[in-house]
Amino acid sequence: MASEGDRRAGLEVDRRSRLLDGLRSGGEGRRSVAIALASTIVFFAVVVFAITHAPGWPAVRSQFFSWHEFKSTFPEIARAFRLNIKIFCIAEVFILVFALFLAVLRSLPGPVFFPLRALAIIYADLFRGIPTILVIAMLGFGAPALGLSYVPTSVIFWGIVSLVLIYSAYVSEVYRAGIESIHPSQEAAARSLGLSRAQTLRRVILPQAVRRVIPPLLNDFIGLQKDTALVGTLGAVEAFQQSQIDTNATFNFTAYLCAAALFVAITIPLARFTDWLIARDRRQRQAGGATL
Amino acid sequence: MRKRLILLLTPIAVLAAIAVSASVAASPTASTAVAATCATVTDGQLTIGTDNPAYPPWFAGGSKSSWKINDPSTGKGYESAVAYAIAAKLGYSKAKVKWTYIPFNKAFAPGPKAFDFDINQISITAARAKVVSFSTSYYDVNQALVVNKGTKIAAVRSIAGLASFKLGAQLGTTSYTYIKNRIKPTTQPAVFNSNAAAVIALKNKQIDGLMVDLPTAFYVTAVQVPNSKILGQFENKGGATDRFGVVLAKGNPLTSCVNRAISSLRANGTLKRLQQLWLAKATGAPVLK
Repeated sequence: MASEGDRRAGLEVDRRSRLLDGLRSGGEGRRSVAIALASTIVFFAVVVFAITHAPGWPAVRSQFFSWHEFKSTFPEIARAFRLNIKIFCIAEVFILVFALFLAVLRSLPGPVFFPLRALAIIYADLFRGIPTILVIAMLGFGAPALGLSYVPTSVIFWGIVSLVLIYSAYVSEVYRAGIESIHPSQEAAARSLGLSRAQTLRRVILPQAVRRVIPPLLNDFIGLQKDTALVGTLGAVEAFQQSQIDTNATFNFTAYLCAAALFVAITIPLARFTDWLIARDRRQRQAGGATL
Repeated sequence: MRKRLILLLTPIAVLAAIAVSASVAASPTASTAVAATCATVTDGQLTIGTDNPAYPPWFAGGSKSSWKINDPSTGKGYESAVAYAIAAKLGYSKAKVKWTYIPFNKAFAPGPKAFDFDINQISITAARAKVVSFSTSYYDVNQALVVNKGTKIAAVRSIAGLASFKLGAQLGTTSYTYIKNRIKPTTQPAVFNSNAAAVIALKNKQIDGLMVDLPTAFYVTAVQVPNSKILGQFENKGGATDRFGVVLAKGNPLTSCVNRAISSLRANGTLKRLQQLWLAKATGAPVLK
């Protein structure tokens, strides 16, 4: 029978890496690894065989996986991808700030702040409900149509504004979940130490809340990266629009694969980086807990 | 304005008259041969179909009787002029040509036809060719640039002068390829997924010029974007993806007669001259070089 400590260590491993979980438990590690390896090889061999021996495979390969097309379209799509990077980097900064503001508004206590809370709720409901493409079309084509000289006509500007409005609604909910997950005793303790409400929020609640919601924040950031392709509907030639141009010119879908490869090349390192951040954070907190 | 139109028209009328008299003067053996292979729905008469209303610049000359907007029997407008030129080649004088109303979709619907041929800006496509016979092309569609009146680009008179402007086109069209390969602009042209999006961007002045095919350009300037104009059109030089043909009943032997007429009109420069007259001069859309 395992001791309490062993069980907790086991849970920790479990939480850290479900992927490798089956390989580490018990004393049969080597055998488990061998079985996993064999079953993985067999599984992928069957999948690859089934696909490459399908009657339509040669057509699919030349339509979707043409190396020649990939090479010839990649440089142009990569150039266009710089626009996606620009859009999501600028948008993300504003989203993180604006969404936090919304979340704080929504968590303000007391009847006095009801109008602000209501506004924040209506905002989140509305912008999570409207399709992104509609907001982009309405602002990208609608705002410049007003004909006001001080309103920018740049579709990239309005694309970024639309994405900030939409994603702030989602991200504010993520922040709110983080804030609400902090036990009320934390606030009570902070207030009893003499911190004001604002100080409590700033020094006690938010640092813990934000740390907890980093994975879902990253999730939304990845969503944002992919939605930058919607700015292409305004006529801006970003990676996806460029791949559509290439696809239309050659009737070959490999260009989409180029765009996909570029998006994936950005998201995977980001996901690993976040995993590392979370793991480091947990280690630090556990170390801190041990010294106390 | 009207006076100038009449002046422009005179040569065509003269030409048509010459063509008619020439065919009348032809030897009797030749005319019987024509009658044998090129039989029509109603003997001694050529029945030509088109849609009602008949839109400019394909038809001109104003409304008459049941024809809205334009009456095709005036001989004015590109398609009316081409139809009469073909008729003349087939040996039918203007008086022997009867126009009949055929809705656009009906023209290439399967089944017997109430017309000898139908002329109505119908693009030659493989799917349609399964159920009707197409003549060879009497018009290879040109590209055209639509701009807002009074903007900087509206003063440009050459292809080279367009390179520094922000242009736009619809995704997957020849128009985009044309911008990229022929105009070679210094700023990335905008690419829209729909005509509606492209038109709004032009309206909003988010792009300086919108490249579309010429028939679309007429529609954009007349209906979609007020205060816009066709800056110019560009010869496709064999790169046309859209060609207009007259429609005949599937397998109608008249098709080869019409084809011969069209190729001789093309060879003697009549088609080009009529295009200049009705699609460039009459519409104010000069061919840019």
